[in-house]
Amino acid sequence: MSRVNILLSDLQTKPARRQFLLQASALAASVCLPQLAWAADKKSARRIVSIGGALTEIVYALGASHELAGVDTTSLYPEAATKLPSVGYARTLSSEGILALAPNHVIATEDAGPPAVLRQINAAGVPVTVLAANDKFEGVLDRVARLGALIDRPTQAAQLVEKMKADWQRAREPILARKSPAPRVLFILSHSPGQVMVGGKGSSAEAMLHYVGAQNAVQGFDGFKPLTPEAVIAAQPDVVLFTDQGLNIVGGIDGVLRLPGVAQTPAGQKRRVASLEAMFMLGFGPRMPQAVTALDNALLKVMST
Amino acid sequence: MNATAGAISLTSRFTTGLLNRPVWFLSLVLLLCFWVAAWAGAVPVTTNDWLLLWRHDEPLTSGAYVLWNLRLPRMFFAALVGAVLGLSGALTQGLFRNPLADPGLLGVTSGAACAAALTIVVLAGSGIDIPVAWRFWVLPVAAFAGAVGVCLLLDTVARWLTADSIAGLLLTGIALNALAAAIIGLCTYLATDEQLRSLTFWTLGSLAGGSWPLVATLSLLLVAAIWYVRRLVSAMNALALGEAAAAHVGINVRHLRRRVIILVALLCGFSVAWCGVIGFIGLVAPHIVRLVVGPDQRRLAPLAMLVGAIILLVADTTARSVAIPAEIPVGIFTALLGAPFFLVLLTSVRKGS
Repeated sequence: MSRVNILLSDLQTKPARRQFLLQASALAASVCLPQLAWAADKKSARRIVSIGGALTEIVYALGASHELAGVDTTSLYPEAATKLPSVGYARTLSSEGILALAPNHVIATEDAGPPAVLRQINAAGVPVTVLAANDKFEGVLDRVARLGALIDRPTQAAQLVEKMKADWQRAREPILARKSPAPRVLFILSHSPGQVMVGGKGSSAEAMLHYVGAQNAVQGFDGFKPLTPEAVIAAQPDVVLFTDQGLNIVGGIDGVLRLPGVAQTPAGQKRRVASLEAMFMLGFGPRMPQAVTALDNALLKVMST
Repeated sequence: MNATAGAISLTSRFTTGLLNRPVWFLSLVLLLCFWVAAWAGAVPVTTNDWLLLWRHDEPLTSGAYVLWNLRLPRMFFAALVGAVLGLSGALTQGLFRNPLADPGLLGVTSGAACAAALTIVVLAGSGIDIPVAWRFWVLPVAAFAGAVGVCLLLDTVARWLTADSIAGLLLTGIALNALAAAIIGLCTYLATDEQLRSLTFWTLGSLAGGSWPLVATLSLLLVAAIWYVRRLVSAMNALALGEAAAAHVGINVRHLRRRVIILVALLCGFSVAWCGVIGFIGLVAPHIVRLVVGPDQRRLAPLAMLVGAIILLVADTTARSVAIPAEIPVGIFTALLGAPFFLVLLTSVRKGS
């Protein structure tokens, strides 16, 4: 722009140059104006930055997607969410990056951080609300209600809660009515071929397994721990459960059978390997009733072989 | 023969004449980096925002707010931490007389990480209720104490086990580092998901926490350190000839060693406690300087500080502005930008000589 300015001043008389400068500064001011808004007025259109796939899903389910200014890398559903500006990985957020999106509210799961960044955003006048969750269906309902109140959609939230409760009823009925013995399921999480973790007691995977009436084959430890071949054999799982992403990484069913210990289990001998998309199965969002049905069907299908 | 001697004396006079040149050059580069860093970032900043910083009667615009509260303190913090790491690296390599040494070898990093891991897993797991106002301080204070504690422990243990041998210090350092790594590993294994999250926050290394109080504290610490180092550098030069030779010219190697260790522990401990583990700079900044000006600690120490500051400032600016609105861990860029530069310098110097 400065180059244009010089050219004009060479060619034209003074008034024209002054006029040009006036126009240029007006243009600059109009560009600046929208950013002045963030701390000043909260009445104008709400702009939400959502950090956490489950929260983004809830925002979409409440029909408030047009208020989203940015999401994190775990917000993969619905597809449209991936088109929004990404503020990156939830644990390495950038205060300036988020403030640049001019949000007037940041909603986050307890994963979000670093803590210093959340403090800085709060100090800049943008409230950061951390909506913690547990791995229970009631916790998901509670989260929906709290988020609904937060973004002024209490009626939509109440409707969504009612719908989810009805879906939940429908999903759980056949499971509760079933008399067949609970299959022993081993949940395996793998981010890379060399890094294979097993879901133990109190893990999110165990919570889902209990909801579909299955039994977690591993009971010796809490949370996710690295897989040990002997523990896998000792667990004697009937089914090995993966996330779609994890199954892909270890190389499909044949890759699973090559994992140490798996071939010596009932699941390995009968090639009973099931998988679901990670955020669907373990997201604990509005799709949780559907996830329970899908997981139940997947387990029934492999158990019938 | 005569001609060679003449050439050498001429060269040395020439370099003496140029003594201050690299300092001026690097200072200029650092200023330029500050300039670029101040303009780069997710929130656009205008000249008007800069002017607003000097006018307290008007409300801050968003650009001015970000500039004053986030970007400027972070820039200064990055440069200061880089300087601290460069200086510590120069001192550690001088002490060990080993170009592969870095402050981590003295146990600073692993000590801090170990203390942080123990705080997160054991203290949080024990159910002791920490007042909310303290929570923010617990981790940095513990990490700092861990860094300084492990350094001093290392010095004492090494002295006890291997008399005053510096090679003994090196080997004891390796052993203590392995021990600390094992404790960290154990804590990681025992950690719940939530504790693991806090632990990863801490180990990733980020300058996002930079604030004016931190910048002020670190500057004071660094100024005090520079004043102190000025009295140590000649002794460090003597040590470069070997422990025995240094003792013969009247250097008390024991005292020197203790002082360097305490200095590195305090400086690095402070920066590690607030911004986590940032590797590579302590190792490479002194190397880059040594390739250009030689091993004289009198010039190596200040120049390593400048080079460290430049590398970390450039790395952090890149980390926070290439993936807007997201941010990339700074450790990736210290190595990504520093390593190729170092290799180029290495080949050109080797060819030149």
